[in-house]
Amino acid sequence: MLEFPRWKYVVILLVVLASTLYALPNLYPQDPSVQITANRGFAIDEALRGRVDAALKGTGVQPKEIDAEADSMLVRLPSLEAQTAANDALRTALGEDYVVALSLASTVPDWLGWFGARPMVQGLDLQGGVHFVLQVDQKVALDKRIEGYLEDARVILRDKRIRYTAVERRADNSVVVTLAEGEDVAAAQKALATTLSARGNASALPGAGLSYQTSGNQVVIGLPQAELDQIAGEAIEQNLTTLRNRVAEVLGKASEPVIQRQGNDRVVVQLPGVQDTAEAKRLIGATATLEFRAVVEGNAADAVASGRIPPEAKVYHLRDGGGPVLLNKRVLASGDEMVNARVGVDNNGLPAVDVTLNNVAGQRMFDYTSANVGKLMSVVYIERVPTVSIVDGKEVRSVRVREEALAPTRIAGVFGKNFQTTGLEKTEADNLARLLRAGSLAAPMDFVEERVVGPSLGAENVARGTKAVVYSFVFALVFFLVYYRMFGLITCIALLLNLVMVVAVMSLFGATMTLPGFAGLALTIGMSVDANVLINERIREELRAGVPPQASIATGYDKASGTIFDSNMTALLAGVFLYAFGTGPLQGFAVTMVIGILTSVFTAVTVSRGIATLIYGGRRKLKSLPI
Amino acid sequence: MKLFPLHLVPNDTRIDFMRLRWVSIAVAVILAVVALGAIAFKGFNFALDFTGGTVVELRFQAPPDVDGVRSRLEAAGYGSAQVQTFGTGSDLLVRLQPREDTGTDAAASEASNRTAQDVVRLASIEGNTATVMRSEFVGPQVGKELAMNGLYTLLCVVAGFLIYIAMRFEWKFAIAAILTTLHDVLICAGFFALTGREFDLTILAGLLSVMGFSINDTIVVFDRVRENFRSLRVEPVEVLNRSVNQTLSRTIITSFVAFLTVLALYLYGGGSLEGMAISQMIGIVIGTISSIFVACPLLTIGFMKVTKQDLMPKAKDVEALARRP
Repeated sequence: MLEFPRWKYVVILLVVLASTLYALPNLYPQDPSVQITANRGFAIDEALRGRVDAALKGTGVQPKEIDAEADSMLVRLPSLEAQTAANDALRTALGEDYVVALSLASTVPDWLGWFGARPMVQGLDLQGGVHFVLQVDQKVALDKRIEGYLEDARVILRDKRIRYTAVERRADNSVVVTLAEGEDVAAAQKALATTLSARGNASALPGAGLSYQTSGNQVVIGLPQAELDQIAGEAIEQNLTTLRNRVAEVLGKASEPVIQRQGNDRVVVQLPGVQDTAEAKRLIGATATLEFRAVVEGNAADAVASGRIPPEAKVYHLRDGGGPVLLNKRVLASGDEMVNARVGVDNNGLPAVDVTLNNVAGQRMFDYTSANVGKLMSVVYIERVPTVSIVDGKEVRSVRVREEALAPTRIAGVFGKNFQTTGLEKTEADNLARLLRAGSLAAPMDFVEERVVGPSLGAENVARGTKAVVYSFVFALVFFLVYYRMFGLITCIALLLNLVMVVAVMSLFGATMTLPGFAGLALTIGMSVDANVLINERIREELRAGVPPQASIATGYDKASGTIFDSNMTALLAGVFLYAFGTGPLQGFAVTMVIGILTSVFTAVTVSRGIATLIYGGRRKLKSLPI
Repeated sequence: MKLFPLHLVPNDTRIDFMRLRWVSIAVAVILAVVALGAIAFKGFNFALDFTGGTVVELRFQAPPDVDGVRSRLEAAGYGSAQVQTFGTGSDLLVRLQPREDTGTDAAASEASNRTAQDVVRLASIEGNTATVMRSEFVGPQVGKELAMNGLYTLLCVVAGFLIYIAMRFEWKFAIAAILTTLHDVLICAGFFALTGREFDLTILAGLLSVMGFSINDTIVVFDRVRENFRSLRVEPVEVLNRSVNQTLSRTIITSFVAFLTVLALYLYGGGSLEGMAISQMIGIVIGTISSIFVACPLLTIGFMKVTKQDLMPKAKDVEALARRP
């Protein structure tokens, strides 16, 4: 008689049921669909439904179903071609009022959702889309911040009526303030320390880590490493937020974009379903921002010609070859201090952007405008344009920073937080308002990696991957059935359960499936075969040694278990390290492999033994085993 | 003759593998040297994952004229473009290496965007237009990092194996197992260097899984060696010989089935998984051969020579014995 504890049967049964339940959603195919979300001020209603129907009828595309939900409408389509056609038609028909995006809609019935069962997350190589890795230019973020400290230090000293001869930045990123003869160095140090370190909002407290040291008539403001790290960290966090906002603004929330930080200075952006890379890159990479600066009085052309540029001024050029203009180095307000920006019209009916600043910048603006009504102010529009030029027959690539001043406008009255920027063209006003509204980037970013997978290739990859896994399973199945007969059947059941378990575990934990993931699944079959072969061969060996059948089964399983454990542990190690150091698709491979190894130990050792015991455990007169 | 049970390998083989040990070790060393030479002198044909660059996968309506596409690209200034068929006959893969004087990554990326469109335009001809199935651009810096990460993974896996086997078995076994595994990976890698097949991230993953597979095979044999050392009273060489023979059937069947599953991957998985499948197929064959012919012989030479004492139950069991009356 063979013994197998009853509770283990219960465990096996529960595992089988749960695995089936959680693997089930993957059997339901996903519908290619188009998702429509409303922009501000527009609703998902019957009128929209009518427009959608009309647009679809125009292309001859027959939708499978159109679901209207609270804030979005889903048009399910029968094929990828229909999806593309419908997407194009709807984009033109609905224009700017609605966001139209490609997506894959689940067809999983509701009752499965009650158990939290959902299909596996598909990687971009399976569903199509774009994958970008961007490098954040931390130097620019640092420069910006230090410039800010320089300017603030000057302002503080002026306010406190402490005369200084220079405020400079040193190569080691510290700021040196040189005071005029006879000024109180200690007082200056105190003034700088209290004001500089106390500004900013309470949570982040930029400047809190600054150090202040005096030597002779100088105050040295040092930026310790912690402060530098904080600046870098804030820059990347702000960029992440900005990107999330921008993407949400354009794609809607339905497409589940991934926007993540990677390491110290990288950002990963994955946009499933997006095909138009140029559009996506413009959206992500655009680094246009505004800076409001005061105009320095004087003849700019003369100053440039003579080289005598006032120390507080910097030369900018007006757009469309409008000549030079001298602007103050001090920034009154910059794009990241903007709260809101909307397209409006100015008094002349020309396009303009209505800008709202945050309180700090609003106060600064108020202070400045109160003292300077009637003077000129200008807006600098900064854009980084990657360029390729041909020099000596070779391509030379560089990033050109385009800094253009818009025509100076007279400060018509005192204003603070709310004001209007005019002098833009219609499309520029649209673009600018949208970018500003979505927030600006703290530091520019460069593309360092880009992968685009078309939706048809994605579908093809799924089909190929599935086919490969099915065939590797069938190959193993046929071999086992022929070679081990009854025990081959038991092995096959264990293998099948193993496959179902891997899929279930991955679906349950939201692990991402990729094309290499399918390879991992096929490999899992190959590896879990090993455990079963070890057991079956061991049983054969015992039988040959003249051990009675039932005892052979027991010893076979017992002796093989140790070997199985050791051999799988090492393979597990390889999988874990691959996950730790791998990226993207490779992690998908590692995940399936690791899960597969774990489940294969369970299915081979416990499940197959349970079945074998069930079949042969109770038979009294067992002469031989069909193995 | 009785049909069942079926046997790929006859029962109770008594092949004297140990007598062949110098021959098999010599062959293994020669293979490893050839692989090493191929890697050192020919080098890998690294894919853009590691070198950086641009790759565009195109699908045509009908099988395109590869030379025509290449010459049109060349005429347009893409002299370094590699064009090859991929998967089915109507797919083409166009590779562009990054240029030396590439400015910043942003500029390169912008160029890559332009390039993809350029390539489609140039590759298409009247009546047989191409569409972009996939395009990838990797900056040179990222490529370097991916390569370094691959190397770290390899080192970590080796270290992990060493520690685990040394703990569970014995350090002599650990070294022998690692040597065998590295030998297998080396030959696999050598194959890619020798044939000039493109070496990308998936192949790296394939090589790592080969390590897992190869160590797995070796461990099964070593496990039996350990068991037999404890239970049999014969010479070490005889113990090793019997262990290999006893596990022979299992080793070959497992490898056979695993090979079948990877074969399915090779046949049906499509172009992107082809390299990975090839690396695994070679790895399985080499891993099987080396676990039979190389792993155990290593345990008889030099400092790796195992004795019964190495494997007898250690301190814990001695204490347990001491407690007995």
